[in-house]
Amino acid sequence: MFSILHPNSVSLLAWTIYLSFAGAVLLALMPRGKPALSRWLALAFAVAGLALAVQGFVVGMGQGRVTLVDLVWVPSMGIRFLLAADGISRVLVLLTGLAAVAGVLFSWNIDLRTNEFFAFYFALIGAVYGVFLSFDLFLLFVFYEIAIVPKYFLIAIWGSTRREYAAMKLVIYSFAGSAMVLIGLLAAYTTAGSHSTGLVELAHAGLPISFQLWCFPLVFTGFAILAGMWPFHTWAPTGHVAAPTAASMLLAGVVMKLGAYGCLRVGIALFPRGLDPWGFSFIGIGSWRGVFALLALVGIVYGALAALAQSDFKFVIGYSSVSHMGFVLLGLMTLNQIGVTGAVLQMFSHGIIAGLLFAIVGRIVYVRTHTRQLAELETMHLSKRMPFAAAAFVVAGMASIGLPGFSGFVAELQVLIGAWKVNHWWVAAAGIGLVVSVAYIWRAMQKAFFSDLLPSAHVLEQEHNHAFAAITWPEVTGVVLLVGVSLFVGLYPKILLDAIDPAVKTLLAGGVQ
Amino acid sequence: MSGLPLLTLLTALPLLGAALALALGKHARAVALITTFASLALALVVWMQLPVNGSIGLIEQHAWAPSLGIEYHLGVDGLSALMLVLSAIVTLMSVDAAHHVHHQPGLYFALVLTLEAGLFGSFTALNFFHWFLFWELCLIPAFFLIKLWGGTRRGPAATQFFIYTMAGSAALLVAFLAIFVSTTSMDFPHLTLLASTGELEQLVAAHLGPSVMIWLAIGVLAGFAVKVPMFPFHTWLPAAYAEAPSPVTMLLTGAMSKMGVYGLLRIALPLFGHQIAQIRTPLLVLAVATVVMGAWAAAVQKDLKRVFAYLSVNHLGYCLMGIFALVVPAAGSGIDAALQASQYAALNGVILQMLNHGITAAALFWFVAMMQQRTGGHRGIDQFGGLRKPAPVLAGLMGIVLFSSLGLPGLNNFPGEFLIFRGAFPLAWVAASVSILGLLVTAVVILTVIQKVFTGPLPEHCVGFPDLHHGERMALAPVIGLMLLVGLLPSLILGSVNPTVMNLLAHWRF
Repeated sequence: MFSILHPNSVSLLAWTIYLSFAGAVLLALMPRGKPALSRWLALAFAVAGLALAVQGFVVGMGQGRVTLVDLVWVPSMGIRFLLAADGISRVLVLLTGLAAVAGVLFSWNIDLRTNEFFAFYFALIGAVYGVFLSFDLFLLFVFYEIAIVPKYFLIAIWGSTRREYAAMKLVIYSFAGSAMVLIGLLAAYTTAGSHSTGLVELAHAGLPISFQLWCFPLVFTGFAILAGMWPFHTWAPTGHVAAPTAASMLLAGVVMKLGAYGCLRVGIALFPRGLDPWGFSFIGIGSWRGVFALLALVGIVYGALAALAQSDFKFVIGYSSVSHMGFVLLGLMTLNQIGVTGAVLQMFSHGIIAGLLFAIVGRIVYVRTHTRQLAELETMHLSKRMPFAAAAFVVAGMASIGLPGFSGFVAELQVLIGAWKVNHWWVAAAGIGLVVSVAYIWRAMQKAFFSDLLPSAHVLEQEHNHAFAAITWPEVTGVVLLVGVSLFVGLYPKILLDAIDPAVKTLLAGGVQ
Repeated sequence: MSGLPLLTLLTALPLLGAALALALGKHARAVALITTFASLALALVVWMQLPVNGSIGLIEQHAWAPSLGIEYHLGVDGLSALMLVLSAIVTLMSVDAAHHVHHQPGLYFALVLTLEAGLFGSFTALNFFHWFLFWELCLIPAFFLIKLWGGTRRGPAATQFFIYTMAGSAALLVAFLAIFVSTTSMDFPHLTLLASTGELEQLVAAHLGPSVMIWLAIGVLAGFAVKVPMFPFHTWLPAAYAEAPSPVTMLLTGAMSKMGVYGLLRIALPLFGHQIAQIRTPLLVLAVATVVMGAWAAAVQKDLKRVFAYLSVNHLGYCLMGIFALVVPAAGSGIDAALQASQYAALNGVILQMLNHGITAAALFWFVAMMQQRTGGHRGIDQFGGLRKPAPVLAGLMGIVLFSSLGLPGLNNFPGEFLIFRGAFPLAWVAASVSILGLLVTAVVILTVIQKVFTGPLPEHCVGFPDLHHGERMALAPVIGLMLLVGLLPSLILGSVNPTVMNLLAHWRF
C-alpha cells in the first residue's frame, strides 16, 4: 500500500481516480458566482489527471500488468479494492486524460452553474478512470454504475434538444445493460465457486463451457449496449445530440469505450469458450462470435447510412460514432492478435476523433451560428467566415474517414486485416461502411462549410453586420491537442501498439487457445 | 456484562417520556426529542454489548404466569439489536420532522413515544405472549396517529390499516395457541430448539393432527405478510402511508414494516422452516410479485407519498425474496459449503436491507414532509417542478437519498441488495433475475421523480420556496453521513450481524 507514496512508481496511476473525485467534491463546494475560478480549477484537475496518465503510461512502457492498490474490502465475499494496469488500461487511461482536458477546454463558455457542471463532469471522469483500472469485477461494476448518474445530470440540466427524454433513455439503457452484467457477475461468481471476485481469479476458475455459452452473450450484450452495438445503439445519437458539448465528447470519446472495454476485459477474458461454435448453424451463423460480428457489421453499415441521411449536423457525428464503434466490436470478434489490438487502438483513436468532431460541431460552430441544421448552415459560407472551424473540420473529417497518417487509419486497417483472417465477407461488408463514411463526411463538410448556395456578396454583407465572435484560445488549444494526438499516433502508432500488443497477447492466451 | 436490566430500561424510557409529554403538553416535542436521543444512546450501548459469538445476550428472565407458559424473557442478538438502533434512529428522525403539530401536541408525542416503546418491546421479547403484547401495543398508537392527525381520507385509511393488521394478529394468536396446547411453551429459544430437532412437528401432529402444522405455518406467514407487506396483502399500505401525517409515515415504513420481516426471521423461519420450505415456490412467486408490482405501481402514481409507499413495498420485496430463497433443505447429510455461503450472504443482505430501507424510506418521507410544509400541503408529483433553482440544497440532499433508494454503489442500499442477489442467485436464479430486472423499473420511477420535481418550470405556488434552513441541514447531515458510511464500509454493520446470521442459520431446519 505504501508503494503509492513512491514518486516514480506506476502506482501513481491510481491517483487519477482519487484526484478526479476530489476535484468533483471540491468543485461542488465552490461558490456559484465565480465561473472563472471553477473553470481554471477544473482545468487544473484535468491537466493533473492527464499528467498522471502520461506518467503512468511512460513508466509502464515495457511492463505487463502492475498492481497499483490491493486492499481487502468485503472479506466475506473475497471482494478487494484491487486497482491494476496493463497496457490496455494505460492506453485507455491516457485517452481519458486527454478527453478530460479537451472537454474542459471546450466547456469554457458554460456560465450556468459552472461549478456544478464540472463537479458532475469530474465524477464521471473519476468513475471512468476507475473502470479502466479495476481488476476486481465487483469494483469494476461499482465504478461502471457510478458513471451512469453524472451522465444523466450533465444531459438533463445542461443539454439541448429533448434533453430530458435523451437523458432518461440513456440511463434506462445503461441500467438495463448493467442489470445484465450484474446477473452475469453473480452467475460467474457462484459457478466458479471461488472466493474471489478478482478478474484474474475468475478467468482461471475454469467455468464450464455450457455455462460460458449462455453467460457470455448476456455479459457481452450488457456491456455492448454502452458501446453502441446495433440494435441497442439508439440511446447514442439522441444522447450525443442532447448532451452539452463536453458531455458528448465524453460520451462518444470515453463512455462508449467503457462498454467496449467491458466486452473485452470481462466478456471475452472471463468467458472465452462462450465464443465456441454451438455445434449447429442457423443461416450460416454457428456461434455467438458470428452473431456479434454480424451485429457489428450491421452497425458499421447502418450507422454510416444513417449519418448520410441526417439533416442535423450533430446527428451526423452521433451516427458516425455508432459506425466507428462497430469496428471496435468487429475487431474484438476476430479474436486474433492483430484484430483485437486494432480494436483497442480504434477505441483510442475514435475517442480522440469523435471528441474533436463534437467539439467543432457542438461548440465552435453552434455557439456562433445557433443552428445545427445543415440546410441553414448551407447559407452561411462558413469556410470564409470561420476558416479555422472549416480547416479543423477538414482535418478531423480526414481523420474520421481513416486517411493514412491519422490514428484511425492504423486502427481500422488492423481490424480489417484481423477480420480478413477470419472471414473475407466481414471485410467486404465493413468496406461498404468505409465508403459510405467518406460520403457522409464529404456531404456534411460540403453543406456546412463549402456551400455557395447564396451569392457571396450577400454573405459578405451578413458578415459585415453580424460578425462571428473570434475563435478563443481554449478552442484553438483543444483542437491542436486533439489533432496533434491523432496525427502523432497515426504517424507513430508504435508508441501505443507496444503497450497494447503484449497486453492483448496475455489476455487472449489466458482465454482463447 | 453490566448488572443493569438494560433492555427493560430501554423499553421503559419512552413510556416514561410519553407520560411526561402528556403531562407537559406544550413542551412535548422537547421532551420527545430528549427521550428519543436518550433511547438512541441506550440502543447503541446495547449494540456495543452484544456477545461476539452472535448468540442472544443481555438476557433478562423472570417468571410471570408459569401455568400459561408466560415469562418475562428478554434478550438481543445482532438482528434485534440492529432493529433497536434502527427504531431509535427512525423515531428520532420522525420527532425531528414533526415541527408543526398544533393540534394536541402532548397526545401526539405521547403516542409516538408509546409506539417507540412498542417497537423496543417487540424487538427484545423472547416469549410469545410478551412479544404479542408489544406487537399489539404498536398498533394502537399508529391507529390513533393516522386517525387524529391524518389527511382528508384518514378515517377509512386508519380503519383499513387496523382491520388488516388485526386479522394478521388473529392468525398469529391462533397459531400460537395451537403451539402452546401442543408444547406447553411459548418461549422462542425453547421452541426453536424443539423445531430444529423436528420434535415440534411431532408434538403438534400428536396433539392436533398430522396436517395442522402446515396450516399453522401459513397462518403465521399471513400474519407477518400483512405487516411487511407482501403481495397480495399490501392493499392497506398505500392509503395508510398517504393519509398518515408524513412524520408518522416515517415511523410506519422505517420501523414498523421491519416488525414483519423481523417476525419472519425470529418466529416463522425458526419454528416453521420445514413447512415453509415445502411451499417455497409459491412464496418466491409472491415475493417477486411484491418486487415487480411495487415498482410498477410506484411508476404510475401521481402522489409523492404513494410513489414512495409503493417503493417501500418494492424494497421490502427484496427482503422477502432473500428470505424465501434461502429456505433450502440441505441435500444429503453433509454440509454443503456453497449452499451455506449463499444462505449467509442472503441473510446478511436481508438484515442490512432492513436497516437501509428503514433509514432511506424514512428520509424520503421526511423530505415530503418538508415539501408539504413549504407549499401548504402539496404532494402531487405534477404540482412540483424546477425546485432545484429555489432550493438547491434540498434538491441535492434529496437527490442523494433518492439515489440511495435506487441502489447506487457508494450509498447504503447497494451492499444490502447486492448481498441479497449474491445469496439468492444460486438458490433461486429465476426469482433473482426477474427481481434484478425490477431494479430497472425502480430506476425509472426515481428518475421520473427527480425530473418532475427538480427540473422544468417552477409552478406558481412554489415561487419563493425556501431552501433548507440551518437546523434542517444539521438534522439531515448525520442521516446522509450514515448512508455514505454504510455504503462504503458495510463491514461496520456486517461485522456484528454476520455472527448472528451464522448462529441463526445453525438453528434453522428446512
